[in-house]
Amino acid sequence: MQSEMIRDDFAFFNHSDLVYLDSASTTQKPKSVLEAMDAYNTQYCANIHRSSHGLGNAATSKYETAREIIGKFLHVGDKSEIIFTKGVTEGINLVAQSYAKEHASCVIISALEHHSNILPWQQIKKPLHVIQTKENLTPDLEHFESLLAQNPNALVALIHTSNAFGITHPIKEMIALAHRYGAKVLIDAAQSASHMPINISDLDADFLVISGHKLYGPTGIGALYIKKDLHPLCNPYQVGGGAIMQVFYDHTEYLPIPYMYESGTPNIAGAIGFGAAIEYLQSVGYAYIAKHEQNIIAYALEQLSQIEDILFYTQVASMQSNISFNISNIHHHDLGILLDKQKVQVRVGHHCVQPTMRFLGIDGTVRVSVGIYTNKADIDQFIKALKRSIAMLKG
Amino acid sequence: MQEKLENYIEELSLFDDIMDKYEYIIDLGKRAPSLRENEKIDEYKIQGCQSSVWIIKELREGKLYFKTDSDTVIVRGLARILGDIFAAHLPQEILNFDTKELEKLGLQEIISPVRLNGFTSMINKIYQYAKDENRG
Ligand SMILES: Cc1ncc(COP(=O)(O)O)c(C=O)c1O
Repeated sequence: MQSEMIRDDFAFFNHSDLVYLDSASTTQKPKSVLEAMDAYNTQYCANIHRSSHGLGNAATSKYETAREIIGKFLHVGDKSEIIFTKGVTEGINLVAQSYAKEHASCVIISALEHHSNILPWQQIKKPLHVIQTKENLTPDLEHFESLLAQNPNALVALIHTSNAFGITHPIKEMIALAHRYGAKVLIDAAQSASHMPINISDLDADFLVISGHKLYGPTGIGALYIKKDLHPLCNPYQVGGGAIMQVFYDHTEYLPIPYMYESGTPNIAGAIGFGAAIEYLQSVGYAYIAKHEQNIIAYALEQLSQIEDILFYTQVASMQSNISFNISNIHHHDLGILLDKQKVQVRVGHHCVQPTMRFLGIDGTVRVSVGIYTNKADIDQFIKALKRSIAMLKG
Repeated sequence: MQEKLENYIEELSLFDDIMDKYEYIIDLGKRAPSLRENEKIDEYKIQGCQSSVWIIKELREGKLYFKTDSDTVIVRGLARILGDIFAAHLPQEILNFDTKELEKLGLQEIISPVRLNGFTSMINKIYQYAKDENRG
């Protein structure tokens, strides 16, 4: 069965008897990613874009190939639109400081944003407008439109799939609406990219961010897409060696994007591992991924729905890739501790969306998230452990 | 303190299955008296825990007693154990007690050590109360 073959690609499952249901936090890494990083470190370790010897050229070429792989993966027109970052958080900070600070009048966000898509805008002291939600946490598009109408030159910054509640925003429609009012749009695809294909040309996003470690790649590496047309408007961010054409004591001429934003020695092994992770994902294919994960989520939801006093915060059918819930009168931390003792790794707490939790009048949930390696046995063990935990805590 | 601690260590050691140990702590948590809502204020709250924990001191005839509560039942049970171990002792006795001894309970891991260790924070709060009393 393909799912067992996929599981074999991940060394973690050979070493561990834990049930890993926290892939939304970070995914396990397949052997091919580890091997690609190992090859860089052991066979052609050299700095890139600097050392013109053969070894340096080999490293540069692999690093740039990774950029190409990621560019194609996201369907971008030109690989210079892909900037390597540390991850989504750094990508959003970069857009805030280098673009939004000067060119955005305010920032419009959804009510489901991760703290990483709130704090960077506070840092540049831009007014934040939050799109109201309708029942089940879906965005109120009429309210969104009224915000766009009232706020010319806004930057819209939207989470694609919610890390805390598993629902996916209709971003294509929201991007088109924002563009009609002249706003630019940043998409936080941290959670969606591992579960569904992202086609930037089709979506017409202006900025888009992803993290390697949520895509079966290493930690400390991510990518930021900036639409070519906007490159002339983007200012230098963290500056230094590697980003320049010519330096004088009184001024500097910078290289074009992406190099302007990749000063200092980057995470070379990380970028190469990231490229390998994307190749791995593509070898599995989204057709399989979507079908498999939807099956697993549906299987989990079917059993969860039968549990007495379970509370969901969005429509059951709209939860993709992760499921968030509480059991009434039981604290999520108690469930987290008991599940952990039964070898089930889930995340409990506010999931970095405190304003959303406050809106719902709760301080956290239990979140179960799946990846391409999750199987029904994982869900069975989780449900069994959950039932036992509830029985211990009730009454 | 030593005697009560040893009682708890003995009781907890009876459980072969870790889940039974938790059952015991949960049971203590469920039976422990709750604080009133107006007692759950920041002054009594333990900083650095993922869940909310409050410890209030009471002084009777020079000896310290502790009222404890938490929004999670497991931590409530744990706070109850600590409060009980230190109850009815002079502040100086508490300060003389070697906290390393408490590690023998094997409960440090219960409050997840994300960022700050909640178990240590609770003990620190009790020590702080003892220090305050000692100073007068
Ligand atoms: C939706 C979303 N945005 C942003 C982030 C931050 O990503 P990173 O920690 O990789 O920078 C996360 C990760 O938890 C996320 O789920």
